[in-house]
Amino acid sequence: MTGPAGPELVITGIGVLAPTGLGTESYWRAALRGESGIGPVRRFDATGYPVRLTGELPSFEPAERVPRRLLPQTDVWTQQSLAALEEALADAELATSSVPEYEFALSTASSAGGVEFGQREIQSLWSKGPRHVGAYQSIAWFYAATTGQVSIRHGLRGHCDTFVSEAAGGLDSFAGARRAVEDGASAVVCGATDSALSPYGMVCQWSGGQLSERADPARAYLPFTEDACGYVPGEGGAMFVAEERAAAERRGAPRCYGVVAGHASTFSPPPSSGRPPTLRRAVESALSQASLTPAEVDVVYADALAVPEADRAEAQALCEVFGPYGVPVTAPKTGLGRLYCGGSALDVATALLSMRDGTVPPTPNVHRAAPEYRLDLVTGAPRRMPVRNALVVARGYGGFNSALVLRAPGPRRPRGLHGEEY
Amino acid sequence: MTRRAVVTGIGVVSAGAVGVKAFWSLLTEGRTATRPITLFDAEGFRSRIAGECDFDPEANGLTTEEALTMDRAAQFAVVSAREALADAGLDPGHTDPARRAVSIGSAVGCTMSLEREYVKVSGSGDAWLVDHRQAHPELHSYLVPSSIARDVAWQIGAEGPVTLVSNGCTSGLDSVRHAARLIEEGTADVALAGASDAPVSPITVACFDTIKATSANNEDAAHASRPFDLHRDGFVLGEGAAVLLLEEREAARRRGARVYAEIAGYGSRANAYHMTGLKPDGREMAEAIRVALARARLEPTDVDYVNAHGSGTRQNDRHETMAFKRSLGDHARRVPVSSIKSMIGHSLGAIGSIELAACALAIHHDVVPPTANLHHPDPECDLDYVPLTARELPVDAVLSVGSGFGGFQSALVLTAPETAR
Repeated sequence: MTGPAGPELVITGIGVLAPTGLGTESYWRAALRGESGIGPVRRFDATGYPVRLTGELPSFEPAERVPRRLLPQTDVWTQQSLAALEEALADAELATSSVPEYEFALSTASSAGGVEFGQREIQSLWSKGPRHVGAYQSIAWFYAATTGQVSIRHGLRGHCDTFVSEAAGGLDSFAGARRAVEDGASAVVCGATDSALSPYGMVCQWSGGQLSERADPARAYLPFTEDACGYVPGEGGAMFVAEERAAAERRGAPRCYGVVAGHASTFSPPPSSGRPPTLRRAVESALSQASLTPAEVDVVYADALAVPEADRAEAQALCEVFGPYGVPVTAPKTGLGRLYCGGSALDVATALLSMRDGTVPPTPNVHRAAPEYRLDLVTGAPRRMPVRNALVVARGYGGFNSALVLRAPGPRRPRGLHGEEY
Repeated sequence: MTRRAVVTGIGVVSAGAVGVKAFWSLLTEGRTATRPITLFDAEGFRSRIAGECDFDPEANGLTTEEALTMDRAAQFAVVSAREALADAGLDPGHTDPARRAVSIGSAVGCTMSLEREYVKVSGSGDAWLVDHRQAHPELHSYLVPSSIARDVAWQIGAEGPVTLVSNGCTSGLDSVRHAARLIEEGTADVALAGASDAPVSPITVACFDTIKATSANNEDAAHASRPFDLHRDGFVLGEGAAVLLLEEREAARRRGARVYAEIAGYGSRANAYHMTGLKPDGREMAEAIRVALARARLEPTDVDYVNAHGSGTRQNDRHETMAFKRSLGDHARRVPVSSIKSMIGHSLGAIGSIELAACALAIHHDVVPPTANLHHPDPECDLDYVPLTARELPVDAVLSVGSGFGGFQSALVLTAPETAR
């Protein structure tokens, strides 16, 4: 996205809400232990539903984390973003008012907007009439609702974007953040949460034919195995404070988790086109932008859809880039469910924590990858190893691919050009 | 050489006009296309008027299956994308698929299908728990509006970055800005950039009813959208799409493409004030305009035409007038400003791209579309809003702005190809 002299984006604050833990450290401890937060649907009576399991946030009380007056006007997805961001801002020790007025940007993602809120209001409309639709439907349901609420809550007046590319969106928010910094922002809120667990939201997801219908939490979401049978839907995600590196250094930011070293998004044409998928090119472009060879990548956080065809495509792309068993691959999301763009954002958080602590968390519930995938999948115990460079891969329903390369903080190194020089 | 994105193809589906030619005639003749809602029975709603598209999917090249399965917003987007490609005379086969991008904006995505299907699976909306056995196979696509960008990507065989930009009512400006950025930075050479929304369904009409954002002038639908008029009483909901084909300037020049305009600059800011309210001072929109002009290396006096957000709500039109005065100084009183929402209504995220299509056409034809229905100017809206009648004048630089829920303010500058600097 920029020449070698361009600004670098560093991540200085993380906030996490995951089905295995609320808060970064609580989530991280659970991830290292390989815990699972997948369980029976609790949000509603799912008797008779084809999907029995979800990854729901445990004991998330919005009233404790979100200003009271915002509760009636926001969907739970927005409340999750607001809560996670509080943690990220505290972690970064960044007072938003200390950033020049128009230099604090937002780049977030949403897969489906305020699904639960929207269902409730549509039900009111159709069961009781138009005058029973609440005054907040117009601001709670739409995909940019979280972005707007975050901007207002924290007084952020810079450039705002909300990207929608289903599960790839969490990574695309980082690309947007980097562009915002290249265009003059000094700090950016990025990341995402997602939640579409209302009865109708669940059925919408199920109609895509990719959800697991199993009832045993330990056997429901098993990517890269002979037993793969779709994924379990979940909710939550991660929000971040990212800063232009020089600005973060000037203010003495207490932590720098890592550098956003490369990103690329590509689109896979429909199978009917006869053209190959493009995930491999996304990975290669992101690596080249980061001036890294595949051998320099220490770990890959996989998309891990658990739909056999999609698993094969992902494993094949990784094998083509890194060689068979060429790099440790992990998918902590098998203990969480698929959190859509919140999930890819959460993978970024996990990758940064594995850099910090030199430990790669395992893929819960998966005992061993099927040999056909030729992956060095981290299973069972966490793997102690230095992590300097990490790759996060995400795919969104319909053909969206995104790859993000993170580098451990350290001295600057020249970045590869992304296209022509200007 | 600075890489720039240029507009070489345009496709539009608008109220009163399917296709660019009909669209431009409607605008330059100052006709209005707002009318009583026909897409559903609006009895019992406060606002019962809209700018609806007379859109026959199959007459516009979609198959019966596409007509039955794609959301109306996706259909608008695909038809517009095809028109833009044909208009540009570009054979995508001559470009690298990896360098074809798509950036589509939408405020409310596939709402119409989501609502319709919810009613089917919930016993006419009576039940919180729904019957999955009646689920439409495309529900996942409706749930995630990125499906609209996917459908457009298929039109051009894009394998580069594809995304949906959903920033509420500035989506259609921001999606084009994003695509231009991809071309400028060298990630893409060609992009389909635009926006689509089809919000004329009960839930969207009802949600604007409850906050009285829309006009209740149901008795005079054709004259209900009255930006800058003293008697304006809210916006008139619209629907539609516009897609622009953007190409890298030198590549377009090499292939001898007709260039409507260049994307010269853009800026976005947020007011961080209120989800729906606007501070009267127009400060953040003015800042977005300042950034866009600076990026385009233009002075305020270079601007020949301002395409206003001009939604027709009490607060917007004053807010915007202040923003123009603040950012353009004395030139604000001289430059023609108009709102095409007076003719086609406010199609939420789509309108920003539809307005950019109008801006590119204004540059191409040296004609500025009018603000229809402006008979009694609001004394607080005291600029030249080009009332009622289109105006011929040399148009080399155009500023288009948008303002939306969430507090987002966006500005984009288009210039004529020959004034490129």
